[in-house]
Amino acid sequence: MSTSTQPSTPVGKTARWVDDRYTTSNALRRNLGKVFPDHWSFMLGEVALYSFVILLLSGTYLTLFFKPSMVDVIYNGTYVPLKGVKMTEAYASSLDISFDVRGGLLMRQIHHWAALFFVGAMTIHMFRVFFTGAFRKPREVNWVIGTVLVLLGIVEGFAGYSLPDDLLSGTGLRITQGIASAIPIVGTYVSFGLFGGEFPGTDFLPRLYAIHILLIPGIILALVTAHLLMVWYQKHTQWPGPGRTENNVVGYRFFPVYMAKAGGFFFIVFGVTTLISAFVTINPVWMFGPYTPDQVSAGSQPDWYMGFLDGAVRVMPNLELVFWHHTLSLNLIVPAVVLPGIMTLLLGAYPWIEQFVTGDKREHHLLDRPRNTPTRTALGVTAITFYLMLWVSGANDIIATTFESSINAITISLRILLFVVPPIAFTITKRICLSLQRRDNDKLLHGHETGRLLRLPHGEFVEIHAPLTQKEQAEILGKVDMPVLALETVDANGVAAPWALVNNLRNRLSSWFYAINVAKPSPAELEAAAGHFSHVSAVELEATHRHREFEALGGVLHQPSEDESVNH
Amino acid sequence: MSDTTHGDTGHGHGHEVEPITYTQSDERGRILLGLDEHRSRRTDTSQRAAKRAERQIAGMFTFAAICFVAAIAAYLLVPKHDIVWVPVLGNVSASNLSLGGLIGLGTLLIGVGAIQWARALMPDEEVIQERHELRGSDEAREDTIEQFRRGAQESGFMSRPIIRRSLLGAMALFPLPIAFLLGDLGTAPDDKLRHTAWGNKPRTRILNQGSGQMVRPEDLAVGGLINAIPVGLTELEEQEGSQNARAKAAIILVRMNPDEIKSTQGPNWDYEGIVAYSKICTHVGCPISLYQQRTHSLLCPCHQSTFDLSDSGRAVFGPAARHMPQLQLDVDSEGYLVAVGDFAEPVGPSFWERG
Ligand code: FES
Repeated sequence: MSTSTQPSTPVGKTARWVDDRYTTSNALRRNLGKVFPDHWSFMLGEVALYSFVILLLSGTYLTLFFKPSMVDVIYNGTYVPLKGVKMTEAYASSLDISFDVRGGLLMRQIHHWAALFFVGAMTIHMFRVFFTGAFRKPREVNWVIGTVLVLLGIVEGFAGYSLPDDLLSGTGLRITQGIASAIPIVGTYVSFGLFGGEFPGTDFLPRLYAIHILLIPGIILALVTAHLLMVWYQKHTQWPGPGRTENNVVGYRFFPVYMAKAGGFFFIVFGVTTLISAFVTINPVWMFGPYTPDQVSAGSQPDWYMGFLDGAVRVMPNLELVFWHHTLSLNLIVPAVVLPGIMTLLLGAYPWIEQFVTGDKREHHLLDRPRNTPTRTALGVTAITFYLMLWVSGANDIIATTFESSINAITISLRILLFVVPPIAFTITKRICLSLQRRDNDKLLHGHETGRLLRLPHGEFVEIHAPLTQKEQAEILGKVDMPVLALETVDANGVAAPWALVNNLRNRLSSWFYAINVAKPSPAELEAAAGHFSHVSAVELEATHRHREFEALGGVLHQPSEDESVNH
Repeated sequence: MSDTTHGDTGHGHGHEVEPITYTQSDERGRILLGLDEHRSRRTDTSQRAAKRAERQIAGMFTFAAICFVAAIAAYLLVPKHDIVWVPVLGNVSASNLSLGGLIGLGTLLIGVGAIQWARALMPDEEVIQERHELRGSDEAREDTIEQFRRGAQESGFMSRPIIRRSLLGAMALFPLPIAFLLGDLGTAPDDKLRHTAWGNKPRTRILNQGSGQMVRPEDLAVGGLINAIPVGLTELEEQEGSQNARAKAAIILVRMNPDEIKSTQGPNWDYEGIVAYSKICTHVGCPISLYQQRTHSLLCPCHQSTFDLSDSGRAVFGPAARHMPQLQLDVDSEGYLVAVGDFAEPVGPSFWERG
């Protein structure tokens, strides 16, 4: 309404037109200058987001040519080895996209590679969020959304590679059908419902197609939007560093710096995906042949994100119960239904599990360096190790042929290792974290070694230690030394408090979580060290004056003497 | 706005670096250090360096544009079936390579250019912005609760329990008819899983999938293996318009020395050392293809379940729990191998009603 500024440019006029109707200036004024913190690890989520955008674009293109039909046709395209072969329209159109649509193969490969990157980037992004404690209050819900997104991404990817109806994907569907049938009570009906009757039927692909291009991407899109809105509203977490506190955000403004960087990064992800798709063949469906339920391509491996499930199914002992004319296939529902269910639940509930253990209900906007929360980091590594062991189990046949040992021996050892290796990983990780913390303290107090030697006037050689930069120091000093919980277990009269058992458990868990940790140096020790640094640098300066061969030494002398006691 | 760029906070340029102080801390025990001094980039101090960066970035964008034009040319000019040999990659589609290479390079250059632009020429001094409190004020909270109370009161939701309960009841039932609409997703299982094409008529001849011929016992030497289906299956499939029958009826025939056979699932189910077993794994239904004649074991490629065909198809290792179902064999008057009847049990993966 204001007439103070009359826009003259087309952009200005459009902006006024929009603002007259939607008050856009209100939101933009607040948001264009919004500050985003910067750290390389924050790009992992971006890769996932951009891969998703690439998937939407390339997927839309593929829908223009793909025919999700299980009607049989005789192939008559340009791929000679399959000419005259009976196959479904779905497979025939996949071949057409690969050979007879210019750029079709490129789009198929972009779509497939982007799917692999999508799930991969989400997974690693999740690791980042976990290990740095970014899931803590107030971001628990976003963590749950993330968990659901990873899960949906896996299902969506699986649906996608099942669609071309080649021999490989059909085998995956056969396994899906077998697992669906194993669900207690309703399994047979679930399977008949999914496939429109017996396997393979003629209904499944069109149904899967609707799920793959509409239902799941729709949900993913909605969740991604919610995910981003929350990040925007709650503001991004940041790494500890100079000037960073719990109450501020230090970084660059959304417009223009962040926009240029994030926008540019989208094009980089797009470019890299396209280049890989230009150079590296993925999922050559024409080599597998059409699906038929009585053939299988030997040594077929699913996409990487299905590997852990495949492995779980492989190493599960063959337990099956038969009672009252019913069959309960524990060998299937345990690894393929119960296990992934438990894994997802534990993952999604982790923020609350940790809150229960630590009693920490405060808001967290500064991230933890993984080494500074050794127990959480060790738990994460344990879970990842377990996951990787399942994944390795999915390759038990390849391991057996590579090492020329019996598949039975390999499978049995994997069953054992699955439960032995993760705890070992826990212990090792925790120790590494603690020693990294000690090293941090050491570096704070004594600087880092420069490898340069200095000869003192009386002939002695000492190594120059350079003090850490302000940035390095701030990162280390951002560590929080957490107190162990001490909840009441008895009331004032010495009688057990109502929640005594739970409180006792929490006290113990919290002490397990926090008790063994390395305290960082006190301000006094740091001041002393700083004083020491400047004192020695004076000595050094003199020495430099005397010995002209040392020029411009920015460092400091390290005298490993009385100051050693300052350390922890 | 409450933002500050630390350049404004009085850090001068050129004088001695202030010693770090460790006196500031937050209530969680962190020791907080202030922002360190901004270091200027070459592009900040040298006009020439800035110009060079500008040219570099514009060059990348221009080259990207050229790539895109070239990609259009490649679309129009590179024949879509041409195969080229490229070192390392081998034989690849020329169209895929040129289109992907050019579009990929172009987009990559836009990306790299934009980021370089941000890094070299846009401000790189860090900005500090305060976080707003996420929690609503007490006043806002009380007011919201008040609004709810008012609404609840005005609607009578709490004071008229009959309305409330009947509505909740109706809402609870609302999804049910919709769930029932899913009923026609599939046919009822009935006993479909218990029959295969082998039972369609007694004494069905057996078709060798490799040769397309009907199998006679002499076609199989000791140690040999044949993938087979019932005669007439292809016509049946044609008629049904699906591969459903094949998914249950596929079998393998192997021949061993009759005295090597430890057991069969019924008396005399082999024919002179030839045994017929379902090809569909009892684990989750992969077709089994690997046979080791020395041990008579059949290995499933999907999860490595192993079955001993000389011992009633027993599951000897792996996640499969049940033996492979066997077909009883005989020879008809013309000397062809036949399956006497259907399998005695459902083939393929387990299901709840299987028993
Ligand atoms: S399907 Fe044969 S072992 Fe799993």
